[in-house]
Amino acid sequence: MRRTVFLASLLVMAVVGLGGIVGEHRSFVASAQEKTASTTEVKIDNFVFGPAAVTVPVGTTVTWINRDDIPHTVVSTEKAFKSKVLDTDEKFSYTFTKAGEYPYFCSIHPKMTGKVVVQ
Amino acid sequence: MADNTKDELLHDHNHDGIDRRGFLKCMAWAGTGALCVMQGGVLKSYSMSRPSEMNPADMKGELSFVQISDSHMGFNKPANPDVAATLQAAVDKINALSRPPEFLLHTGDISHLSKPAEFDTVEQILKSASAKDVFYVPGEHDVLNDDGKQYHERFAKGAQEGGWYSFEKKGVHFVGLVNVMNLKAGGLGTLGHEQLEWLERDVKHLKSSTPIVVFAHIPLWAVYPEWGWGTEDSAQALAYLKKFGSVTVLNGHIHQIMQKVEGNVTFHTACSTAFPQPKPGEAPSPGPMKVPAEQLRSALGITDVNYVSGQHALAVVDSTLA
Repeated sequence: MRRTVFLASLLVMAVVGLGGIVGEHRSFVASAQEKTASTTEVKIDNFVFGPAAVTVPVGTTVTWINRDDIPHTVVSTEKAFKSKVLDTDEKFSYTFTKAGEYPYFCSIHPKMTGKVVVQ
Repeated sequence: MADNTKDELLHDHNHDGIDRRGFLKCMAWAGTGALCVMQGGVLKSYSMSRPSEMNPADMKGELSFVQISDSHMGFNKPANPDVAATLQAAVDKINALSRPPEFLLHTGDISHLSKPAEFDTVEQILKSASAKDVFYVPGEHDVLNDDGKQYHERFAKGAQEGGWYSFEKKGVHFVGLVNVMNLKAGGLGTLGHEQLEWLERDVKHLKSSTPIVVFAHIPLWAVYPEWGWGTEDSAQALAYLKKFGSVTVLNGHIHQIMQKVEGNVTFHTACSTAFPQPKPGEAPSPGPMKVPAEQLRSALGITDVNYVSGQHALAVVDSTLA
C-alpha cells in the first residue's frame, strides 16, 4: 500500500512537473490522468438522464444527447441554462465556467431530474 | 379506489336500478371495442365489431360530444409512423356515429413539437369532422419554445390570459383548464393560484343541479405520480365543484382509458389517436408503447359523451379505432 502511495505521489509530481514545463500541454496530460476530459456526455433515454449526477471540473462542456423516442428539454432550475426542445438524436451543450451545483430537469416531463456538480 | 366486486346497488342516483359502478365496469370493456348503453334501466353491450347490432335509438340524449386527445401531430417513430392517418381514422369514426356530435373536445398534445405545420395539419384533418366546433386545452407538447404563445393565438383567443375558459351548452357548464404551464422540477401538472381563483368565481353562482364537465390535459387525480400522471393542486379545484350533483372530469395525457368515481365526480381519461402508453408501472417509463401493427388501431380511440337531462351521470362511451 505504501509503495503504491509512493509511486502515485511520484507520478503526481511528474505530472505537475511536466505541467510546469510544458504549460500548453497541461490539459492533454490532465485528460490522460482523469477520465472526465473537457467534455462529458449525458444520454437521455427512457425518461431518464444518464448519469443523473455528474461531477466535472470547471471549464467542462457537458453535452446532452436525446436517445429517447420522445422529445425532452434540459432546463436549469436556477435558470443558468435552457435547451430548446430536443427531438431524437438532437444535442444540447453547455460549458460550465463557474464551480457550483446545477440541478436541472426536463420542462416537458418535470419528474426527470439531474444534476451537474462543477468543482 | 374501493374494490367493489359485489353486485349490490350502492348509489342509485338516476333511480334506474343501475349502480354507476356497474355502468363503469361495463365501460372497462369499451376500450377493447364494446359499447355499453343504459336503456330503460337495463345495461346492454354491443361489440363495436358488429355495428349492425347497434340501435341508433340507444344513443339518444339532449347533448352529445366527442373527446379526442393526444394526436401528437409530428410524431413519426415506430410506435406509429403515421399519426395523421390514425387521426383521420378517428374523424371517420366520429363521422360514422349515428348522431353527429355537437362539438369536439381535444384534451391536448395536439402537436408533438409545437410546430406550426403540426397545428395546421390537425386543424385541417378536424375540418372534415361532422362536428364543426372544436374546443381545445393544451398539452405540454403544445407549449414548447414559446410559453404557449402560438397555442394561445390559434386555440384560446377568447380565453382568459392563461388559456383557461368556460362555456355552456344546453345547460351543461364546460370548463377548460390548463395544467401544463410552469411545471416545476420533480413536479406534477399544476393549475396555479390565478386559475384556481378564476374557477372559484366562474362556478360560484351556478345552481348545484348544473351538470359540470371539466376538461384538462394532465389527469386531475393521482393516476401515477411517479410518471407525473397527476396534478398537484387539483384538490382545490375539486373543492370548488363539491356542491354540484354531477361533475365529469375528462383528461388525456396518459394515452389509455382509466376511470374513477369519487362521490359525485367521475374522472375519465381518453385514448390517444396517435400511440398507446403502458399501464402504470408496467414499463420502465411512460413512453410510446409499440404494439403489433395490426393491433395499433384497437389501442387508439375516441370518447363519445351523451348528456340526458334528468340523469345524474353523463353517459361516457369509449370506442377504439378498430
